Amino acid sequence: MDARDRLIINELQGGFPICERPYAETGAKLGMSEDELIARIDRLLATETLSRFGPLYHAERMGGGLSLAAMRVPETDFDRVTQIVNAFPEVAHNYARDHELNMWFVISTEHPERVDEVMDEITRESGYAVYKMPKEQEFFIGLRLEA
Amino acid sequence: MQALPKIINDIFPSPPIDETDRRLIAATQSGLPLTPRPYHTVAEQLGLKAEEVMARMQRLLAVGVIRRIGVVPNHYALGYRANGMSVWNVPDDKVVEYGQKIGALDFVSHCYQRPRHLPDWPYNLFAMVHGRTRDEVEEKVSRIARLLGRHSRGHAVLYSTRILKKTGLRLSKNS
Repeated sequence: MDARDRLIINELQGGFPICERPYAETGAKLGMSEDELIARIDRLLATETLSRFGPLYHAERMGGGLSLAAMRVPETDFDRVTQIVNAFPEVAHNYARDHELNMWFVISTEHPERVDEVMDEITRESGYAVYKMPKEQEFFIGLRLEA
Repeated sequence: MQALPKIINDIFPSPPIDETDRRLIAATQSGLPLTPRPYHTVAEQLGLKAEEVMARMQRLLAVGVIRRIGVVPNHYALGYRANGMSVWNVPDDKVVEYGQKIGALDFVSHCYQRPRHLPDWPYNLFAMVHGRTRDEVEEKVSRIARLLGRHSRGHAVLYSTRILKKTGLRLSKNS
């Protein structure tokens, strides 16, 4: 990754235009040609320096359901519960965290009412309570990760 | 001067999305084509006019279905390996004011109000803090603590110790 890659990462975390030749337009602002910008984004994706390039969608505003959830699971039962939770296709991410509430996952569903059903089913199958942590309000500006 | 963050209330009704929008979302959610005219490429794939694809994307951006368009850096690849979920117990009548201030900090990627679960879980404000080391995250967390001052009635930082599952949030094509 060189200085021009860093410029792309630092300047292009939003604001990519919707127009006929967006790479040419953005390249002109960054001081590079359309071809160079496309080639650099392509390489940054191939090396996994970027996880994605394109529109970032706001899941809840597409009409589906989304909620964070947490559980307190004894270490001795952790693998069994992980299997139960991960088996739900609606569970998108699941992380172990260093807290009494030690399992944190995101439930994403096509229909909003399905979120609570999935939580109830997880409780039934695992025997542990699911703490519902839906977003009540979002304060968002978008992180500028500096490369 | 940094702009105040947008507040997106989930109580706002979701904007209407029609079948063509859904096809457009499905075609672009993993990325835009790296072709000189990417919206034209998408239009060809979907059998639409490029003008219609661009107009629909403008609308989805305007109503907040698209948050932004650009690069999504891989935190790990950039060296941000210590990511802490900081959680705070803030008086309910201060959540909006301080949520906006914390969301505007450049090292905070997400800032949300979520429900408490008393007595086990007193925290109602979540701020994801990114740093290259745990020390760096702790230093940033202490900056949030100073910002909140007496309005912080307690906080914790939860680090992820293992990724148990990670798939993209996917919109079904026929939902």
